[in-house]
Amino acid sequence: MLQAVVPFSAALAALLCCSVLIIWAGASPFEAFALLVKGAVGSKFAISETLTRATPLIFTGLAAAVAFRAKLWNIGAEGQFYAGACMATWLGTGVVDLPAWLMVPFLFAAGAIAGGLLLLGPTLLKTKLAVDEVVTTLLLNFIVLLFVNWLVFGPWKDPMAMGWPQAEPVIDSALLGLIIPKTRLHWGLIIALFTSIAVWFLMRFTTWGYEIRSVGHNPKASGFAGIPVNKVVIRTALLSGGLAGFAGVSELCGLKGYLTLDLSPGFGYSGIVVAMLASLHPLGVILSSLFIAILSIGADSMSRSLNISNYIADVATSISLLAVLVSMLLTKYRIRWR
Amino acid sequence: MNNEPLLSLKGITKTFGSLVANDGIDLDLYKGEILALLGENGAGKTTLMNILFGHYVADKGVVEINGHALLPGSPKEALKEGLGMVHQHFTLADNMTVLDNIMLGTESLLSLSRKNTGAIEKIKNLTKQYEIDVNPHSLVKNLSVGQRQRVEILKALYRDVRILILDEPTAVLTPQESDHLFATLRLLVDEGLAIIFITHKLREVMAASDRCLVLRHGKNIYESKTSETSIDKLAQEMVGGELPRVERIPAVPGEVMLSLEEIGVTDSSGYHLLENISLTVNSREIVGIAGVSGNGQSQLADLISGLLKPSSGTFTLHGKQISNPTPLFMIKQGVGRIPEDRTSTGIVGDMSVLENMALESYWKDEFNRYGLIDFKALLEHTESLSKQFDVRSGGPNASARTMSGGNIQKLILARVLSENPSVIIANQPTWGLDVGATAFVHRQLIEASRNGAGVVLISEDLDELFGVVDTIQVMYQGTLSKPIDPAKTTASELGLAMSGHRDIEHSSLLREAVA
Repeated sequence: MLQAVVPFSAALAALLCCSVLIIWAGASPFEAFALLVKGAVGSKFAISETLTRATPLIFTGLAAAVAFRAKLWNIGAEGQFYAGACMATWLGTGVVDLPAWLMVPFLFAAGAIAGGLLLLGPTLLKTKLAVDEVVTTLLLNFIVLLFVNWLVFGPWKDPMAMGWPQAEPVIDSALLGLIIPKTRLHWGLIIALFTSIAVWFLMRFTTWGYEIRSVGHNPKASGFAGIPVNKVVIRTALLSGGLAGFAGVSELCGLKGYLTLDLSPGFGYSGIVVAMLASLHPLGVILSSLFIAILSIGADSMSRSLNISNYIADVATSISLLAVLVSMLLTKYRIRWR
Repeated sequence: MNNEPLLSLKGITKTFGSLVANDGIDLDLYKGEILALLGENGAGKTTLMNILFGHYVADKGVVEINGHALLPGSPKEALKEGLGMVHQHFTLADNMTVLDNIMLGTESLLSLSRKNTGAIEKIKNLTKQYEIDVNPHSLVKNLSVGQRQRVEILKALYRDVRILILDEPTAVLTPQESDHLFATLRLLVDEGLAIIFITHKLREVMAASDRCLVLRHGKNIYESKTSETSIDKLAQEMVGGELPRVERIPAVPGEVMLSLEEIGVTDSSGYHLLENISLTVNSREIVGIAGVSGNGQSQLADLISGLLKPSSGTFTLHGKQISNPTPLFMIKQGVGRIPEDRTSTGIVGDMSVLENMALESYWKDEFNRYGLIDFKALLEHTESLSKQFDVRSGGPNASARTMSGGNIQKLILARVLSENPSVIIANQPTWGLDVGATAFVHRQLIEASRNGAGVVLISEDLDELFGVVDTIQVMYQGTLSKPIDPAKTTASELGLAMSGHRDIEHSSLLREAVA
């Protein structure tokens, strides 16, 4: 039961710490948070922006949650996001022409494969050579980002974009329509919600989910009982990378429509916080992505009214992660002052 | 012996939540005596010693040394008052010398030079005084287990210990080394020390102690001079009733179930983990593997469990040769495996009792359809097995790590035996279990063998082997002896074999020659 309190206490701790910073910046925390909440959910448009912001976070949160369950520390969701977006750009800008009901699943599947394959490399290095995947997946992000940089400035540069470094937009049938017209809220949200339910079902009711959990908790006992530990880890990697790839396709085809360098302002990394705040629960990810989205969107609005940098959202997010880790520690150990 | 006790615990009570670990315990220790502290797992022995040593603070009660109260909760104070403890798991640095290990922690961080000569003198005098055969300049990693234990004792002596506590000291010793230890302890008490040793081995209590104290459920319920009591009485008091008797009726062995012929296993650096192992297990037979742990037993168990591949030799199961074993393959071939370390290899502590019960069968058709797990069927399965094997837990959805060691072992047994295996490899299955649970495990293994299974029982406990098996083979440094008939040998002969004297037929002659 103590475990269920962890996300809430962590979120609260983060907000309290931010209050201190807000006071230091010369504003009232109450006013700041009121503006933040208003900016995030205070109008129909605000809510649509928050939900739009939450969509990629649900995907990357699921990616982290699934991987972490198997103790596969996938820090590469950022790169896998772009892998998915690149794949969708490559296949979605005219190479293939399918009707929308085929095109969208096709691009999502392709993006997932790209994301999964990207994570496969570091995972094989882990299973065969015990190379730490935290290092390999993290550094791979930078390589992917540089690759995208080269693409949008080079071979994929859209000549019609008036000099901006971006790729050609995807064809119409690839676009995810808007759920609410005159907002930016697209059908990616619905796909994200369904994906979350599917992942929950997988983890809870299927053999794959059982094996992932067993291997994550105790690989030694799992191996002894006959569970193919390495195969399970690789399977998990493909799934996790695929989910992050989904995030890339969703942002590309739903929000922007074309590949740019700033398609992801760190969604991959925020996904880790989302997963930890949700205690790695696939359905909890929906709630924690909303929390992080509210912080981001609300902070933008708040910083415009008060003279506080909107980096406060990043600070709050980061402190949440630290607070989760400390909370988790305190549920297992007690400090003795002796 | 004085009238005033050297150490006195009065009314020690300690509760952890709803668990009363120690309940009003009184204990007196006099100068010059060896007191044996007995009790099953969970009886409260370790908690009591931890309170004495300052790791825990008692809720009620007081500890008195030499008549004055000991400051609770401070290991430093305990050390100052002359308390010393030798733990079951040694705390020695392998890469350092005996001298360095003994002095570790005794010198100030601020001193510029190391006062070595004085220390060496003191240690040399101690080794002479107590006839401890260790060279202060040897590296610990080159010492035998028995010698390492004596280094641990030296550590305490160097710190001028007056009261020495030993926790399960003979768990890792051969019978000969145990005798040596008790001789050393006798020398110590003759010089005026007082010793408490914690154990559950009744034979040793009778052989080595002056007085004994039995704890049960946190209370001290029986105290006696060792000369005035018996093994049966102690066992009864430990369990609190009649000792469960295990009947072993020798059976006629059937066909060969498993056969290892001249098996060798080498690791990646060419080191021989197992050498020239030959072992045959017949149906209805229980083969015992004796030996001090660390001589290849884990590798033998891993081999039969499917975790290790043989580098040479022939491995035959049900008449078919096996060259590429995996754990799943062995499970499907009907090999039931009971691992040595139940909490780290036998169960996934963070998963539920139900999920653990299903660990080796979740993929079977009756529990699995198109990749979906039938949790309802698993629930019925778990409940019926829990009843059949008396597995007590907080329910099928309780986390497995909340179960006691005995119940975890029963779960593993249930999981293994419910599949009617034809071969069972049980590696130290009763380690750390109390008398009741141990008897249960023995009964289950004997019944399984009666039903046709061939059982390999690896155990350090010679009493267990003598009571349960049909034939014994001794494991020493990766090699296995020929089968020995338990009726034709003794514990001390096996002890010699366990420490490397291979020729058992000649050991009695050796004894006569040396005597």
